[in-house]
This record gives sequence, C-alpha cells and structure tokens, in this order.
Amino acid sequence: MIEVRNLTKHYGPTRALDSVSFTVPTGQILGFLGPNGAGKTTAMKIITGYMPPTEGEVVVDSLDAIEQSLEVRRKIGYLPESTPLYTDMNVIDYLNFVQRLRGIPKSEHTTRNKRMIELCGLGEVVRKDIGELSKGYRQRVGLAQAMVHDPEILILDEPTVGLDPNQIVEIRNLIQTLGREKTLILCTHILPEVEAACRRVLIINRGRIVADGTTSELRAAASGRDRLTVEIKGPEGEVRQALEQVNGAARVAHADDGDRPPADTSTARFVVESAPGRDLRETIFTLVRDRSWILLEMRRDAVRLEDVFRQLTRDTQADREEASVS
Amino acid sequence: MSTLLANTWTFTVKELRGFFNSAVAYVVLTLFLLIAGWFFSTSLFLVGQADLRELFSIVIPLVFLFFIPALTMRVIAEEKKSGTIELLVTMPVRDIEIVLGKYFAAVILVASGLALTFAYPLTISILGNPDSGALIGGYLGLFLMGAAYVAIGMFTSGLTQNQIIAFIIGFVIIFALYMFDKMLMFVPPSLASVLEYASVNYHFQNLERGVIDSRNVVYYLSLIVLFLFLSVRTLEARKWRG
Repeated sequence: MIEVRNLTKHYGPTRALDSVSFTVPTGQILGFLGPNGAGKTTAMKIITGYMPPTEGEVVVDSLDAIEQSLEVRRKIGYLPESTPLYTDMNVIDYLNFVQRLRGIPKSEHTTRNKRMIELCGLGEVVRKDIGELSKGYRQRVGLAQAMVHDPEILILDEPTVGLDPNQIVEIRNLIQTLGREKTLILCTHILPEVEAACRRVLIINRGRIVADGTTSELRAAASGRDRLTVEIKGPEGEVRQALEQVNGAARVAHADDGDRPPADTSTARFVVESAPGRDLRETIFTLVRDRSWILLEMRRDAVRLEDVFRQLTRDTQADREEASVS
Repeated sequence: MSTLLANTWTFTVKELRGFFNSAVAYVVLTLFLLIAGWFFSTSLFLVGQADLRELFSIVIPLVFLFFIPALTMRVIAEEKKSGTIELLVTMPVRDIEIVLGKYFAAVILVASGLALTFAYPLTISILGNPDSGALIGGYLGLFLMGAAYVAIGMFTSGLTQNQIIAFIIGFVIIFALYMFDKMLMFVPPSLASVLEYASVNYHFQNLERGVIDSRNVVYYLSLIVLFLFLSVRTLEARKWRG
C-alpha cells in the first residue's frame, strides 16, 4: 500500500509537483500517465527515496519513505527512467551484485538468478557484458534487477521505451503477469500500454492530478457521447432524415473518411452520436430492414483513452496559457 | 554494523573488478612501475648509487599527483553521468557505504602499486644495509599520502558528471597541498607556519626520515576523513535542491 499525501516538489522556480495525493492499495496495477515533463518521474524519484519532496509525505505500508527510507527501499523494486545499468558487468555478475546489496543470502542467488532469467527471457545473454546487449535485453536486465528480491512493490518508469513492437508485447505480458501478485506503478506516456495492463489510471499534467479512475470511468467521464458509424445503401437524404428521427440519436453527421474514395454515391456514411450507454444498433438495424435499405457497415467506436488523455492534458494547458496571458 | 561492513565490501569488490576488468588498473600500475623503475635503475646503474631517497621524496609523490586524480575521476562522476547513481541510492544502502566501498577499492589499488615497489628496497638490502626505519616511515608516508589523495579525488569526482572537470579540480587541490611549503617565502611569517602545517610535504618529510610522529599521521587521517565526509555530502546533494 502506497499513500502519497500532498506531494509538492520545486526545482528552483519550477514546480514539478503541486500537491499530488493518491493511494495505491496492495495488489493494484496503477497506470501513471502524463505527457513528457508532467512530473511522473519526479513523483517516482520521491517514492523510491532518491530525493525528498519539498512538501508532503509518502507512506509505504505505514512506513515513512523519508524517515524510514532504508526499510521502504527494501520493499521496492525500481526500474528508473532510461534504465541505467553498469555496462562493464555481465548479466549474472550484475544480478549477484544487486542481490548482495539487497541482503539476499548467497545460497539463494543461483535459484533467484534462474527465476529471473526465465521470467525475463535472458537465457541467451547471461554471460554477456551488459554493454553489448541490445536495448530490449537491457530493458529486461533492468526489470530483472528490479524484481530479483521479489519486492512487494514494483515501480517501473517507462519500461518499454525504445523497444520494438514484439518486445513491447512481451514486456506488457510480463507486467500483467507480475501485476497479479504485486503492487505496481507503471509510469508511461504511451497509452496502449496503460490500456493493456492497468485497471486504474492516474493522469498527471503540469504537476497536478487531472484524472483518477478506472479506464472505463475515465472514458465515460470524458466522452459524454457514444459514436456509431453506419454505412447504408439507400437514398442519402431519406437515410439521413430517418437516422435523425431515431429515438436517442443526439447528432447525425456525414462520416468523412479520407481513406475511402467517395465513388459509390448510392451509399451513405453517417456518424450517429448518442447519449452514453445508449445502444442504438438494434434500432438502426430494424429501421434499415423496415425500409428495405441495405446495411453495409455498422461500427461502434469506443472512446479511446487517448482521446481522454488529450482532452484532459490539452485543456489544462490551454487554461494555464490563458491565465498567464491575462 | 555488520551490514555496513558487508555493503561497503560489496562496493569495494565491485569497484576493484571494474578497475581490473577495464584497462584502468593495468595502465595505472604499469606506468607507475615503469616510472618508478626508471628512476630507481638510472640512479643504480648510471650513478652507481643504491638509493630510495629520490624515489620516495620526489618521484612517487609526483606520480601520485597525476595518477591518483586520474584513477578516481570516474568513481562517482560516471555513476552520475550514466544514471546508475539512481539505482545505487534507491537500494537499501547508506550513502556512506557507497563512498567507503569505492574509497577502499581505490586505496587498495594504490597500496598494491606501492607493494609492487618492494622489489627496490629488496635489491638495496642485497647491496647494502638500508635504514629500515626510514623505509617503513617512507612507505607509511606514501601510503597515507596516497590515501589522502584518493579521498580528495573521490570528493571532486562527486562534484560533477564530467570526469575531466573532476580530474582538474582534484589535481588543483592536491597540487596546492603539495606546493604550500614551497611558497613559504612569499607569504607573511604569521601565515607561513599555518601554510607549512597544511602542506602535504611537511608531514611527509618527517615520516620519510623514519620519524613516525602521531601529528603527521593525524594530519593525513584528518584529510582523509574531511574529504570522505565531503564526498558523502556530494551524494546527498540531490536532497538539497528545491
């Protein structure tokens, strides 16, 4: 359990964090989202004991992260941003070094190494110097380093930066596996990562928390409307009129798709917006059948987390700019 | 206490491995022995004099002046540059364990360099009858001098991410301490005694003569403690900002 209370951090005149509070219960995967420079890394550095906050406190399992820093650090596994590693050590030596610092008895080193090698897929590179490894393998070594002492809490700062798509999928799967038993904070600005792994999302922008909730809550809160794209073969004007009269349709507009040539004028594509949670698919299908038109396509666009993110982080940015102008 | 020792030792072993896995240890030791050997054998074969005085009072102190800041310049600066410092300080270890561990590794390297020069007094003892007091005092003096320089070098390495800057600042501090007693005639007499006492050479001269005086030993030990303390502060500096 991690409790963050009123965390504020100044770097000189810049305020990197502004009274940030949140709680991560044991066993939760929290996605910590924000654009670059939002304060994610600063928050992680404070929780892991790298530096103290200007104000506020962090409590980990009822231990104060500043006063009882050593005990808190024992509980945490940390993958810092950009995965710093000792390039002149080989993988096994490095894992052994970390374990010695973690106070793990020597008799356990081999078994723990084996587990990490298996879990992180390091089998082919165990005897290689870290400096010779590709970015993807380095990232895995970083993960192994963070997990080798089997910490209750894992903090991963941008764990998939610089990986190729296959590696990203692998690391994401790994995170999901781990998340079943550990408290995990996943820091990222890559949205699909959060969608794939986290149930709860915290969005931070300019040092402030702008959203906190499950992914579906955030979608619902931000969107306001569900969207339905339909393609119907039939007289355009009539189709439009009929769609507008559908009970629950808030707005009907032409779907503008740039990627499709508008050759076939006998079909009409529309976007139908409705109140959230209102499913119009059945009604529209019945309508088309009754009029003997032909339904070519009907697709429901879930509001993507990306839209939520953009909306939240852009709005606050605009607010600030406005405020600074006036 | 036991974790303090264990963690310190873990860092010492890691640093020593780093020295010996890279070229650093070999380059430093080889050059050191080449230079020392050159001066020893020229006086032995060309002048026909079996003497360690020149080696102890001039050559090795001069070599230390350049080599030790070069040896220590990366110890913290590189961790800061590559970001590994963040890994270290978020491990359950104290800052002082990091500093002490790295310090002992560099001191061990310096001491092994000195130990390798035992060949010269051995040669001399075959040829004649060296003053064992001066020999022991001389080695103790060189060891303490080296250990103090390492502490200074560690501190300057902690000041910056840039190894060159760490080297230059370290060199300047050591050079100043080295030169103090050579500038006595330029300063007012009231200052002269202070400056003389602050000078590395002044304390070394006593030891080198075979006089092991606690004042001289305390001087070196206080230099070491002061700069190790400052080194720990450079690691803690991350906690000051803001």
